[in-house]
Amino acid sequence: MMPEVAQIALILALILAVVQATVPILGAHLRDSAMMSLARPAAYGQFFFLAIAYAILTHGFLIQDFSIAYVAQNSNLALPWHYRFSAVWGAHEGSLLLWVLILSGWTVALAALSRSLPENFMARALGVLGIVSIGFLLFTLLTSNPFERHVPPLSDGNDLNPLLQDFGLIVHPPMLYMGYVGFAVAFAFAVAALIEGRVDRQWVRWSRPWTNVAWAFLTIGIALGSWWAYYELGWGGWWFWDPVENASFLPWLVGAALIHSQAVTEKRGTFAAWTLLLAICAFSLSLLGTFLVRSGVLTSVHAFASDPTRGIFILVFLVIVTGGALTLYAIRAPRLASAPPVALYSRESLLLLNNILLMTAAAMVLLGTLYPLVAEALGWGKISVGPPYFGLMFFVLMAPLVWLIPFGPLTRWKGDSVGRVWLGLRTALALAAVVAAISWVTHQDLPLKAIGGIAAGAWVIFGTLSFLLQRIRKAAPGRRLTAEMIGMSLAHLGVGIFVLGVVVTESLNIERDVRMQPGDVVEVAGYQVALIAVEHREGPNFVADEGIFEIRDDGVLKSIQHPQKRRYLRGQVMTEAALDAGFFSDFYIAMGEPIGTEGAWAVRLYYKPMIRWVWLGALMMMFGGFISAAERRLRQTVKTRDESEQPVETNLADLPERA
Amino acid sequence: MRWLNTWLLSIALTVSFFSVPAIAIDPMPFTDRAEEVRFKDLLYELRCLQCQNQSLADSDADVARQLREEVFRLMREGHSNDEIKDFLIARYGEFVLYRPRVESSTWLLWFGPFVILAGSAMALVMALRKRKRNEMRPANLPPDEEDW
Amino acid sequence: MLRAFVPLGIFALIGGVLWSGIGKDPSLLPSPLINQPAPEFSATTLEDPERVISKTSLLGTAYLLNVFGSWCITCRYEHPVLMDYARKGEFKIVGLNWNDTREDAKRWLAQFGNPYEQIIFDADGRLGIDFGVTGAPESFVISADGRVLYKYVGALSPEEIEKRVKPLLAGGAQ
Repeated sequence: MMPEVAQIALILALILAVVQATVPILGAHLRDSAMMSLARPAAYGQFFFLAIAYAILTHGFLIQDFSIAYVAQNSNLALPWHYRFSAVWGAHEGSLLLWVLILSGWTVALAALSRSLPENFMARALGVLGIVSIGFLLFTLLTSNPFERHVPPLSDGNDLNPLLQDFGLIVHPPMLYMGYVGFAVAFAFAVAALIEGRVDRQWVRWSRPWTNVAWAFLTIGIALGSWWAYYELGWGGWWFWDPVENASFLPWLVGAALIHSQAVTEKRGTFAAWTLLLAICAFSLSLLGTFLVRSGVLTSVHAFASDPTRGIFILVFLVIVTGGALTLYAIRAPRLASAPPVALYSRESLLLLNNILLMTAAAMVLLGTLYPLVAEALGWGKISVGPPYFGLMFFVLMAPLVWLIPFGPLTRWKGDSVGRVWLGLRTALALAAVVAAISWVTHQDLPLKAIGGIAAGAWVIFGTLSFLLQRIRKAAPGRRLTAEMIGMSLAHLGVGIFVLGVVVTESLNIERDVRMQPGDVVEVAGYQVALIAVEHREGPNFVADEGIFEIRDDGVLKSIQHPQKRRYLRGQVMTEAALDAGFFSDFYIAMGEPIGTEGAWAVRLYYKPMIRWVWLGALMMMFGGFISAAERRLRQTVKTRDESEQPVETNLADLPERA
Repeated sequence: MRWLNTWLLSIALTVSFFSVPAIAIDPMPFTDRAEEVRFKDLLYELRCLQCQNQSLADSDADVARQLREEVFRLMREGHSNDEIKDFLIARYGEFVLYRPRVESSTWLLWFGPFVILAGSAMALVMALRKRKRNEMRPANLPPDEEDW
Repeated sequence: MLRAFVPLGIFALIGGVLWSGIGKDPSLLPSPLINQPAPEFSATTLEDPERVISKTSLLGTAYLLNVFGSWCITCRYEHPVLMDYARKGEFKIVGLNWNDTREDAKRWLAQFGNPYEQIIFDADGRLGIDFGVTGAPESFVISADGRVLYKYVGALSPEEIEKRVKPLLAGGAQ
């Protein structure tokens, strides 16, 4: 009975979404306050019903109701209770419901917290969010209903994919969705602005914390996925440039560009058209990600569902939403364009360059991901585009950006002299050179590219610290460091840490498959790994061969590791690798198959220096995003010094027609 | 109390261990470290043909193991990396390469991003050089926002 | 201003690319050997380790080359179809026993039937690699003059044999 109630709840939510999507926008056009005021209640109501539906699905998992087909496919009697919560989003239908719920949650938050914005603007923005909701609810109800019954009810289910029974995988999807969906707010504001025909600094200011928070969530969502892949999949890799990974990375790159563009439009009133376009792009790429994961168009280890019907639906939805927004942009945006009177060297131009580099990187990732489709469509045969392409191109495109980062915060608006900024950064560069020199001296096997990368990472870190120092020294007390500056600096520091981690781990990591028998010692990265013995172990539902390894550093014992090769009662054979994780390096050991008859085993040894810095950097970027979103100024009404001055908004009617 | 022990054990295990369905650990008789590195680097450029987007280095599929042995044999016979890649392409097509070759069908892929970058950078420089008089006056900004 | 339509134009292109991909199987790999001479080979037969079977010895008749192994589960589903066509004697089927041992393969054939006129024994799998085999079952249509006309990945169905295999075998018979 409950699943049927849930389906009714979904239909009611859809009806409310239709109301939310149509009436307020119409009301804004007709300046009818009553119609516009329906937006908030509709949003709240939609959330209410979606929450009920989601709760019922969760309940179904908790009580293990295998009459629900989705529960039966993704759970079984032996599934521990804490995984039953996360099994809800373990496959396509449930994760889609989570997506819709999170979208509704963001809508409610926006509705509740945006009381100071003009009514007609908010009506349009909430209306746009309603349109997106309709699309996803229709998609759920028509093609991906999680509440379909399995008749007759099964007595036990399939099981949740064992790879998903893990902490990392529990948290990763919700964080990702918070990010993807969060960009819908900036999108809604952009479309509302285009409908209205003006870019009001007030809502640009207000859109900044929302975008920063969404980007922060996306950052941690991606980082969690990477971390999980590293420790769970056991191949030592942390990023594979797989199509689904790229699908999440695209909105991240564009979102980063959007954050910077919003900052400029909010503070200087320029680049309005760019900000709108980037807002449309970021969310569209989120939708594109949804398409790629669920349509079966590209091969991926992550793909949720490979269903052409679902693919067609999402593509049509994408065409309506993105196509519609871009058409609106094409018609309305030219009137908003203002050529900024800035010097060749200014903060504006640096940020424009920043955005060009980020967008080019995004274009490259999109091109590489879709290229197999392009090649096939044009009859060029089947080709693969993989990590060798992406890794090389991304490095080439991002290297200039990394080197530019310290200049941005120290450069003045409108125009500045390179010499003046350079004076403030000299020390940072010197320190970076010292760090690079030390690395080169202590590790003769570092390739030149890596030394450059270490210099770059150190440069970003010292450059950002220089900014903080100068700000503390020169600015007036009480106005030294705002949350915005701290957040920005933390995020930039995170980039530096990330770069250091990537460069070191990619150039100095060691992976060896060796044959070892008790008594053997293998030298890896200056450590001595000794296999002491292989012992028999028995677990609750498996028997195992456990290798006892000692890792020593010049005779001093570092750790003892116990990787296992397990044979489960059901017949599966699993490798339980052992991970010696550290701040400066990871060491891990996995047992393969026994070799020969003298007790020898195939063993894989990995040494991964500074791998944790990769995720530490991402974590810092996330915190940077959250902290800058907390900036109090962004919640305040925009004031103009002199009321008689021209208004700060760009109004369609005021500007002359541009050719 | 046994359930508590099992629960604690499973927490501990998820923290320090991680289970992998099957990784292909194939110790090969390398003569030296350089050969081992060359082998691994080459494997990362080649695609496992049976899998859902994995390299020959990462995959545990049978055909992957087979192809690793084949690549090793070809390496030992003295073939260069390009010759080994040609060998595999003749049998499996360009699909087996993760780094597409630079030919007319991939110019867009390899040069497209740089064309975009160069084009945008040039447009930026040209736009900055055209100074418009009719600009938005930033004078109406409160002073503390002037430099930040 | 026309420039503002560029993003829409780019989106249209992307949409077109995505549309073209729907419904296609991204893992389907076309063989580079189609219409090329089949790889030269000389191996022993499964039944008799002394007897040699080679590409030259098979010239003169078009045949269906079927890759199988005792370890291959899907082959069991395909086998009855092959047995059926072998009984009817409509065309020649040659087996390629890939990555197997003689004992296991013979036992498997004894259990599931032997539709092959001849069987090539490829213990180390190198011949399979030469043919671009990625797993079993896979089948090739080889013309009488030794060219590869067709490759099929997966278990052959009667429909596939009627629609594609038989016409190609007839066409490649000279």
